[in-house]
Amino acid sequence: MIYDVIIIGGGVTGCCIARTLSKFDLNIALLEKEADIASGTTKANSGVVHAGFASPREYLKRDMCIKGNKMYTQAVEELNFSFQRIGSFVVALEDNQIKKLEEQRIQGMQDGVPGLEVILDKKKIKHMEPNITDEVVGVLHAPTAGIVSPYGMTYALAENAAMNGVKFFRNQKVRRIKHQNYIFTIRTKEKEFKANNVINAAGVYGSKISKMVGLDYFNIMPRKGEYILFDRNAMNLNKILFPTPTKISKGILVCPTVSGNTFVGPNAQNIDDKKDISTTEAGLKEILEGGKKLVPNLPVRASIRNFAGLRAVPDSYDFIIDNTDVYGFINVVGILSPGLTSCYAIAERVVEYLELLGVNTNIKKDYNPIRKKPEKFKDFSKEVLDKKIKEDPAWGRIICRCETIPEKEILNAIHSQVGATTIDGIKFRCRPCMGRCQGGFCRPRLIEILSRELKILYEEVVKMGEDSNYLVAKTKEIVLHKLGRGIEE
Amino acid sequence: MKKYKADVVVIGAGAGGLAAAIEVKKANLDVLIIERDKELGGITLQCIHNGFGLKEFEEELTGPEYAQKFINQVIDLKIPYLLDSMVIEITKEKRVYAVNKIDGLIEVEAKAIILAMGCRERTRGAINIPGFRPAGIYTAGQAQRFVNIEGYLPGNSYVILGSGDIGMIMARRLTWEGGEVKAVVEIQPYVSGLLRNQVQCLEDYDIPLITNFTVTKIHGRERVQGVTISKVDRNFDRIIGSDKFIECDTLLLSVGLIPENELTLQAGAKLSKNGGPIVDENLETMIEGIFACGNVLQVHDLVDMVSNEAKRAGKNTVEYINSRYGKELRKRDIIKCVPGENVNYIKPDIINKQNISEEIVFTFRVMYPERRVLVQFRDENNAIIYKKKKIYVIPSEMIELNLNLKEANINPDCKSITIEVIPRPEVLIEED
Repeated sequence: MIYDVIIIGGGVTGCCIARTLSKFDLNIALLEKEADIASGTTKANSGVVHAGFASPREYLKRDMCIKGNKMYTQAVEELNFSFQRIGSFVVALEDNQIKKLEEQRIQGMQDGVPGLEVILDKKKIKHMEPNITDEVVGVLHAPTAGIVSPYGMTYALAENAAMNGVKFFRNQKVRRIKHQNYIFTIRTKEKEFKANNVINAAGVYGSKISKMVGLDYFNIMPRKGEYILFDRNAMNLNKILFPTPTKISKGILVCPTVSGNTFVGPNAQNIDDKKDISTTEAGLKEILEGGKKLVPNLPVRASIRNFAGLRAVPDSYDFIIDNTDVYGFINVVGILSPGLTSCYAIAERVVEYLELLGVNTNIKKDYNPIRKKPEKFKDFSKEVLDKKIKEDPAWGRIICRCETIPEKEILNAIHSQVGATTIDGIKFRCRPCMGRCQGGFCRPRLIEILSRELKILYEEVVKMGEDSNYLVAKTKEIVLHKLGRGIEE
Repeated sequence: MKKYKADVVVIGAGAGGLAAAIEVKKANLDVLIIERDKELGGITLQCIHNGFGLKEFEEELTGPEYAQKFINQVIDLKIPYLLDSMVIEITKEKRVYAVNKIDGLIEVEAKAIILAMGCRERTRGAINIPGFRPAGIYTAGQAQRFVNIEGYLPGNSYVILGSGDIGMIMARRLTWEGGEVKAVVEIQPYVSGLLRNQVQCLEDYDIPLITNFTVTKIHGRERVQGVTISKVDRNFDRIIGSDKFIECDTLLLSVGLIPENELTLQAGAKLSKNGGPIVDENLETMIEGIFACGNVLQVHDLVDMVSNEAKRAGKNTVEYINSRYGKELRKRDIIKCVPGENVNYIKPDIINKQNISEEIVFTFRVMYPERRVLVQFRDENNAIIYKKKKIYVIPSEMIELNLNLKEANINPDCKSITIEVIPRPEVLIEED
């Protein structure tokens, strides 16, 4: 079997391309090296859909961002993921920063970013965002900025892509790619895939994949960003709050999530190790201090999680979306911020490239762009809830107390298209372990459910990868083993 | 929707809920227990070690044995209960909504509610330990559930952060299971659990206790491969150069318990600094007819103390139904109880003035250990209401005092009393 297109990388970029291409009459596969999709940069980033005024004008990412932001409206209608256009503030704390905001406003308006407004009336600012610091002297308000669950959207994209025929292969780390007679042969640990066209959406490993076909014209550096997440209801922010940017970064923001939490972060640390997603003492301190400049009463005591993610930073600092010299090999790499915002526009660009390569882009008759909203216990009225439990008792067994998640939602996460096979997979799909107890109560129950549904042993249930098992043995086994050895000796 | 009516709904069937329900039933009132787990007994069921019941039954029992004594009474008294049933909402009007697999949605109309939902453990995120986020990090209670209920071992080699009681008990339990407990690491200069657990669980098994240290980094991308521990100064900041790496595949956290009050908040009751609801001397929250007891109110040292407090809550609930229920809301004339020097929190938070002629049970904890102290109650005008010498106070031991404020000659116009634990002045020592 030769696929028309193989996408390498199951992050938001790869999954968005997969879903966009799934409307065409093509055989498509997506390969992901981790146990689940949305496991890299997609899992740990700010989840901000930017308005689009922030990047310099000469960058491709500026166009992609402005275009991509607008495309969210239709995507949400079709894919039913959580997205809220709550608007963002770029916060000026000193008078001389106002000039910068005004400059960004003018250029943004010229380039088609709607509704930008510099607000200097402190009372009005405070009214719009009561948690903002008293030191504020002005803000640039961008009403089209929004918040999204980056992994939630990625699961929605993958589900819809799979519904429309895209094949997802997880645990497939690409080892080498052979290009012969216009056919790519991709080797992973235990499988071989063939394709006419390959799209490299491998994130921080983008340069490694590109080099496999002899294309060595860029570098991707990992840049770590650390975050602290606060409990739901610890604070209710109305707006995404950015500091006035410096040349180096957009800075540390304070931001709500679509689930009602608040987070602070990220910092920016250039590192060498593409596997280093550890948080650091200094980093956590840095982001708290940074966040407090915007929101002095940050609910520090209500922190429930710290985490870090890696940005894929190319040496050009801009997206690399190339129809390369290797015929049929498209690089979609260096997708740093605002990559999440831009993904729909990026996917459109990929379609254009595939058309240039002569790929058939006729929309197939049975294409269904709709991915239904996953049913949630919390969204049901009392009457509906009662009916639902009568129909399926799994709605009546609450597994996660903190987030009120019944067994049914967990079963749905496991048995959906591209469903969860790990505890993290369940957690990121339907939120058990994401509340304030962080799995203290529900993890044993999740292990029981996953073991039962996948027909695997308790000891085989993993958090995310094959070496991340939670349990090592049955009770008495270790003691008996040790005693047994003792007798032999 | 399945509908129930009861005089009293008890939420939670742990040591607190069971004792409270029994007390209500003994007064011939209808009581319904709602429990989220599949058995009665609560967290005591996974506490298979001994040491329970010395106060309550004057014999040494395991957790399940202790719970069974109450469960037997529940059965003998024919108290109805719902298992596997999660309360999802409580209203001010004392309507309780729950769900389970069999009945679907359940609505209970009650005259009074007793909250007995217990507590949960503080997590890694709450104390913000930096590092990776692999499998192999558990709260001590979660590990206890894996081992004692599910029958599985969470690891081979352990570091335990925090010297809370569950942590120390698990250090011993895992040693028995062939695990290697490399160290119990405590940020404070002293053990945070009971002395008897330090002796029986750590010292008897030569498990190293490292005080003034904390975990400053977790290593291992998929599964824990080790932790860095570091010495801390008085402000709990890491002392540079004091880092030590300990290889292990599991990190257990025993770093404190937090009352679990989501439902309480939903009902509109306010919480105090300790995370439990604000209550008066009847253990009644600020919502009339909603009472709280056990670890949902304040984390106790011993289960016996939970049962004892729950009985009081049960009795007071009966009293409420028999004398106040259905009558006009009372106008409160109150005295506030304020935690002063070296007092972390105090229960009750407020006292109704009409009850000052009765004996009131005060419970509180200190913030740090101190020798030769004076426990003192004073009003807002610094008039001393009560004082008592104590040789030694420590945060892990709750202090309980029974006091009749009227007999202590409290000023009738007093608005607040401050409870403080202060070093004994020299003069007083001479008076000893």
